[in-house]
Amino acid sequence: MARSVTTQHKTIATVAAWIVALLIFFPILYTIITSFKSEQEAIQGFSIIPSGTFESYSEVQAQSGYFKFFFNSVLLSVGSTILALLVAIPAAWSMAFSPTKRTKDILMWMLSTKMMPAVAVLFPIYLIFRDTGLLDSRIGLMVMLMLINLPIVVWMLYTYFREIPGEILEAARMDGASLWNEIVYVLTPMAVPGIASTMLLNIILAWNEAFWTIRLTTTEAAPLTAFISSFSSPQGLFWAKLSAASTLAIAPILIMGWFSQKQLVRGLTFGAVK
Amino acid sequence: MKLRTLTLGLLSASALAFAAHAESITIATVNNGDMVRMQKLTEDFTKANPDIQLNWVTLEENVLRERVTTDIATKGGQYDVMTIGTYEVPIWAKQSWLLPLDKLGDDYDAKDIIPAIAGGLSVDGKLYAAPFYGESSFVMYRKDLMEKAGLTMPDAPTWDFIKQAADKMTDRANGVNGVCLRGKAGWGENMAFLTAMSNSFGARWFDENWKPQFDQPEWKNTLQFYVDLMKADGPEGASSNGFNENLALFQQGKCGMWIDATVAASFVSDPKASQVADKVGYALAPDNGLGKRGNWLWAWSLAIPAGTQKADAAEKFVSWATSKHYAELVASKEGWANVPPGTRSSLYANAEYQKAAPFAKMTLDSINAADPTHPTVKPVPYVGVQFVAIPEFQGLGTTVGQLFSAALAGQSSVDDALKQAQDAATAAMTEGGYIK
Repeated sequence: MARSVTTQHKTIATVAAWIVALLIFFPILYTIITSFKSEQEAIQGFSIIPSGTFESYSEVQAQSGYFKFFFNSVLLSVGSTILALLVAIPAAWSMAFSPTKRTKDILMWMLSTKMMPAVAVLFPIYLIFRDTGLLDSRIGLMVMLMLINLPIVVWMLYTYFREIPGEILEAARMDGASLWNEIVYVLTPMAVPGIASTMLLNIILAWNEAFWTIRLTTTEAAPLTAFISSFSSPQGLFWAKLSAASTLAIAPILIMGWFSQKQLVRGLTFGAVK
Repeated sequence: MKLRTLTLGLLSASALAFAAHAESITIATVNNGDMVRMQKLTEDFTKANPDIQLNWVTLEENVLRERVTTDIATKGGQYDVMTIGTYEVPIWAKQSWLLPLDKLGDDYDAKDIIPAIAGGLSVDGKLYAAPFYGESSFVMYRKDLMEKAGLTMPDAPTWDFIKQAADKMTDRANGVNGVCLRGKAGWGENMAFLTAMSNSFGARWFDENWKPQFDQPEWKNTLQFYVDLMKADGPEGASSNGFNENLALFQQGKCGMWIDATVAASFVSDPKASQVADKVGYALAPDNGLGKRGNWLWAWSLAIPAGTQKADAAEKFVSWATSKHYAELVASKEGWANVPPGTRSSLYANAEYQKAAPFAKMTLDSINAADPTHPTVKPVPYVGVQFVAIPEFQGLGTTVGQLFSAALAGQSSVDDALKQAQDAATAAMTEGGYIK
């Protein structure tokens, strides 16, 4: 009896999970479906069976040149993530293993900067970029993306590092390891799952960042967020083309997320049940 | 193999050297059919001007507006040509943010630009932006439904006629709404329509001393008429409908009438996109017999920011994109119906264009019926038909738009919306130093 109840519960839970997952994923799925419709089909009400035309994709490619934007997105998200890790690993190490009485306050302050609306600092940042010649530059945008994601990266790494017993690092020091060797050869290998999931999350955040990537770029450094924006029209129904552009923009990160979901979940739940 | 590599290297180096020599200009633009077409046809320009390269930045309208405003206000110098509207031109020109266009060339024929459009883009008699395409607003209606209702649409209808026709055409059981109008909040959305409509009811945003006028009976008449009309004959959820939503409804045969931008005529009459393409008629925007019609005036125009280092190349491009030659180029490649409308008188005198675009005469009449310098029945201290050309208007217009959209959705009464609009406008005008 108990076994049948458990099986029944499992079935209900599985079905419920599928329904919730489908509901969450449906907008993305419908965008993909719409991208294979003609413009006329796209506005003719709800339908999940497209005619299967690739017309929108070829028009999108002809109009905007997807690959230049794609290359910039890859460069900006990976570059900003590497920069963020270079800064965040030592910062998180110091906060996790040599905390002071202000460490918690600093962590909270770092996080609080994420709560400020980005538009509030648009003009000062724009002026700094203008005066330093960083407008529409990949390096400038990489630094910007690194800075806006840094609080989350530091927080995540701090949480992982706290799970590593300080005694292991002490033992390394007793064996004569320098600070650099301690971080590179002892701490980093032990925190690989945490660093990997932080890296993946940061790549996703940087890939999806739309406020600064649109406002600080024009042609050279513009990533896929600017590519999507160029297909939104106030006068004219170009839903199929907009859907094709959106699908092309989200596909790489969606595929990456799909393949790395185990690492992502593992990293995000690391230490959560302690 | 080595020789081949060397040759390739030399060729690449020469190509790079040429590219480095060519001057590149960056053009910021919006994504609509006419602009996309222009991007496709630029080979004609670059062939004639091999020393000028064109870089395009296409953005959604609101993002574009924010981006170019930030850039021009901070002298960022990111753009050499900007696509801006009739609202920005007088404000930016007065701030000396734009260069006057006085080197458009001998064969440009600036006098051919429709006077109402040129007037909206000039300050002190100088043209600060060249119109790429212009529009007014008018009534698009279903001839078959009008006939079924036993009515004939006059060329110049009154609001009472529109109400009468909408009541008769509404057939909700068959999904037909008598009239579709903008309800989505925004200074360029519902407030473009309502401000133009209010002009025909004798209302105005401000009196000669910048005192807001939402507490006057003309505004009450406007808003009450609009809300009652939409409740009786408008589509469900109209407070969320903007241009694109109403376009979709009209193309699917769900609207008897639609009062909106003249540029929509080419979409609703396109058999590839519209199910009612062969059943659409056109009429001037309605009036109330007070001497002003409820139509607006807008032009997407190309302007050159004062901060550019490439003014000559930029002006060459602006001249090409807004020339008669460009209109002929579009006609030869894509047909006369696809020529950007509403900018040059000569286009409307062209028999081939008249034949290809049945809405041509009504578009021109609508544009000519709008006067941005005298937009209202009573005198006003501002320029602009469906907007007030002051920097504060974007924020204030959107706030008032939200209040009126809420009244349409039934979340507040017409009286409450008008009272709050009056308070918001008074506060904005006091803060801006207009009211002492």
